[in-house]
Amino acid sequence: MGNGTSIGKVRGLGSAKHGTHHWLLQRFTAVGNFLGGLFLVASFLLLPDASYATVTGYFSHPVAATLVALFLVSVFWHARLGLQVLIEDYVHTPGNHFAAIVVLNLFTFIGAGFGLFAIVRLALTATLGGAA
Amino acid sequence: MLVSILHRAAGDGMALVGLPVLVWWLAAMAGGASSYARFMDHAMSWYGIVVLIGLSWAFFNHMSSGLRHFVLDMGAGYELETNKRFSVVSVISGVVLTVAFWAAIILL
Repeated sequence: MGNGTSIGKVRGLGSAKHGTHHWLLQRFTAVGNFLGGLFLVASFLLLPDASYATVTGYFSHPVAATLVALFLVSVFWHARLGLQVLIEDYVHTPGNHFAAIVVLNLFTFIGAGFGLFAIVRLALTATLGGAA
Repeated sequence: MLVSILHRAAGDGMALVGLPVLVWWLAAMAGGASSYARFMDHAMSWYGIVVLIGLSWAFFNHMSSGLRHFVLDMGAGYELETNKRFSVVSVISGVVLTVAFWAAIILL
């Protein structure tokens, strides 16, 4: 924080301390969510039924599995950014703010990691012909 | 203001409820036929349907108002009349898309 130019006087004073990078990433991941979401919605509409064989057969296909994996990364990233803003807006005590961000990071990394593991396992067991 | 509140509520709702359901669904598929059947038992129960309808509305609402954000980010749509029309359209289209989605699921 400087005391010279007008931007130097306000830089870093927001609740997040910074922001352009966050703002841009929120938009980039939003595009990914939009495309991935349309893919999932179209898939649900076009699948003939919701049986185990039909649904796993469809989503274990390399293209479908890759799209779901990319969608997972995009949507968890976007959700992390969105919930971060929620925390910045409502949790002001520094210690609580830090703890909330830690919990948020655990939640999103565990969720995305486990989701990616599931889709990889689904795709590979189908390819290898193993009984899941 | 309502559009902004709904955008946040739908987005954070999907993050806190939708993502666990999404990961549960993927894990159930990866876990085999019996774990998938267990997931579907919950998903197709009355409370599962309520949650899924809520999540689908959250998705279409957040998508509609998100697209509105993209228009505003480009610096367009700030005239009072236009801005108001976009706001109303984004809320209505979220509901219309949700109804259309479930109608298509049932009818197709």
